[in-house]
Amino acid sequence: MSEDTATIGKSYFTPFNIIAGLIVIMGLVLTVIRFTGGLAATTNLSDYNPWGLWIGFDLLVGVALAAGGYVTSAAVYLFGMKKYHSAVRPAILTAFLGYALVVLALHYDVGRPWRLPYPFIVQQGTTSLLFEVGACVALYLMVLFIEFTPVPLEWLGFKHARNLVVKLTLLLTVFGVVLSTLHQSSLGALFLIAPSKLHPLWYSPYLPVYFFVSSIIAGLSMVIFESTLSFRFFKHKMDESHSAEKDTIALGFGKAASFVLAGYFIIKVIGISAGNQWHFLTTNYGLWYLVELLGFVALPCFFYAVGVRDKNVTLIKWTAFWTVIGVVINRFNVSMIAFNWHLPSSERYFPHWMEIGISVFIVTVGLIAFKFIVTRMPILYEHPEYKDAH
Amino acid sequence: MSISRRKFLGWLGAAGLSTTLSKAASAATTKHFTGYPDSVGVLFDNTRCIGCRKCEAGCNKVNELPAPDQSFDDLTVLAQQRRTTARAYTVVNRYDKVNHPKGPLYGKIQCNHCLEPACASACFVRAFDKTKIGAVTYDETVCVGCRYCMIACPFEIPTYEYYKALTPRVMKCTLCYPRISKGLLPGCVESCPTESLTYGKRRDLLRIARERIHRFPERYVDHIYGEHEMGGTSWLYLSAVPFREVGMREDLGVTPAPELTAGALSGVPIVVGMWPVLLTGIYAISKRKEKIASAEKEQAVTTAVEQAKAEAEAQLAEALAKAEEEKKKAIESEGQKALKEGDKPQAEEADKTETEEDS
Repeated sequence: MSEDTATIGKSYFTPFNIIAGLIVIMGLVLTVIRFTGGLAATTNLSDYNPWGLWIGFDLLVGVALAAGGYVTSAAVYLFGMKKYHSAVRPAILTAFLGYALVVLALHYDVGRPWRLPYPFIVQQGTTSLLFEVGACVALYLMVLFIEFTPVPLEWLGFKHARNLVVKLTLLLTVFGVVLSTLHQSSLGALFLIAPSKLHPLWYSPYLPVYFFVSSIIAGLSMVIFESTLSFRFFKHKMDESHSAEKDTIALGFGKAASFVLAGYFIIKVIGISAGNQWHFLTTNYGLWYLVELLGFVALPCFFYAVGVRDKNVTLIKWTAFWTVIGVVINRFNVSMIAFNWHLPSSERYFPHWMEIGISVFIVTVGLIAFKFIVTRMPILYEHPEYKDAH
Repeated sequence: MSISRRKFLGWLGAAGLSTTLSKAASAATTKHFTGYPDSVGVLFDNTRCIGCRKCEAGCNKVNELPAPDQSFDDLTVLAQQRRTTARAYTVVNRYDKVNHPKGPLYGKIQCNHCLEPACASACFVRAFDKTKIGAVTYDETVCVGCRYCMIACPFEIPTYEYYKALTPRVMKCTLCYPRISKGLLPGCVESCPTESLTYGKRRDLLRIARERIHRFPERYVDHIYGEHEMGGTSWLYLSAVPFREVGMREDLGVTPAPELTAGALSGVPIVVGMWPVLLTGIYAISKRKEKIASAEKEQAVTTAVEQAKAEAEAQLAEALAKAEEEKKKAIESEGQKALKEGDKPQAEEADKTETEEDS
């Protein structure tokens, strides 16, 4: 991927381009099947399992992993942690692409995607948590778009417009944090209505709080994870301050993640205590719960702390990756693995390969867009004309 | 410009304010909704059901649903447990393992038409409506197809036309809303040959059910399923055996579904109201810190500069004084020298004149 596709004279047939191209072709074929054969042709969804991978991964995981946008911009613009400034643009870009792809994925999942604006323009079902999710995601996507516009505007050389948007930074950041708090938490709150279907270890009145707090963890870890990947594949695009601040960001965000993980661990235990669900811990689901809680919450909390103490950036990077996996597992548990736990195994859900195919396709589209933007626009470096203009 | 009240409330709702107005957020109040007055329902008594599937056939006919794979007369399908599907609003199941002297019992599954429906509360486009008459209806013209209603329904009733590419609908029993509005019986009730199904006002059905339990205590479990389950349903059930043995969940509780999410929804306006205050507060604090830090820095610089200046001045003054002194000294010594040198010729001259005068 180190080859720059924009460079004239180089072959377009790089390994990345070939694989991505094949995935895109597959995705387009699956898209045709989806919209001609319906959900039945492409998914294993059933009347018992109306939500599958496209909600569990594309929506829940997608939104959680895009949390780096609001976490980073809040840290830098609201909490005044300017030393992490170089993390803002990559995080905003990832968040923007993430949310855009979430919305794209929803078009595959819902039965009549062209009606997606109906909840806002036809009838408002304000008693629905999904309305809150929809409204906040829609608004936040717009906020992220505006937050992102300085990048293409610098690239295109529209100085006035760019400066105008930059002036809105504080307002947009506050708005973004409000919207993120609301929809990150309400993604968890979606499941509050189904206490009879979600396993008691995962069902809790605190679900919205869990989802919000774990989104902060996901955001922090994703920023570390991503900057590692960016450094590896787009090193030549990074300016000095971005390369130099990379380790500062890992140490700072790792420290924050360790603290938030500790808090998350505590509120998870409080949830189990409040519901008095201890006896479930000895069941198979209980074991799996312990794997999640100890292996993917307590353990990374500890490793982040050690990494920060020893200034061991490599350990922090691996912990970030591990934590991201943990958040994915948590979202899968709530939406698929521990959901419908009461049903016989014959009625349980496992994704169809085409569902996985579409999800891979959507992630690939995200990667292509990310690569396209990063190799052209001032994401990993400051535009020479706007140095110190922040 | 005329704005209807409905529209206005809709806008308020869109602004996130509705949670303070709507009945869904009334968890903290003392209100207890027990259904619309005079709303109707159906009482199912499994001691009377013979599992003939006539209700399924009746439902299929009046709702103009697609023909089933196996005819409604074919009772072999009862060997398997079935659920509602997009092609069947209601199904009958046989329960062989029940502890009942007269052999197997039958259960009938269809939408229970909750007094406060989970589906309606979960729908973000208000496609479901709990009508005054009691039926929970569905409006396919607005449905987006998110299927959250199916997640929400504790009875696992709504189904989806997954096989339709462009026009899939949520499918579920409507309590034959078009028929009961005209005074007709629901299709299933009309076709039941054994009076296992009793249609009427829910209030009356509860009375009838109690009466039956009272008169034949040995025949029934002393519980009317649906009286309180999930806040109460329009369909009510009497059973000869505990309800879990005939496939009905006894762990659903009595909390109406909307109350389960009321707490989370009531948090929305608080976040909207308080977060900007908190966040701008944090911003102000960090900004102020920065300001103080830079002011302190500036002051430190000024002090340092002043100190340096003062030192330099002192040095300069000292140097000047020294220079002055040296100058003075130099002048003095020069003067003295000059005086001395001046004296010499004068003396010589005096001597000269003296000698000249002498001669």
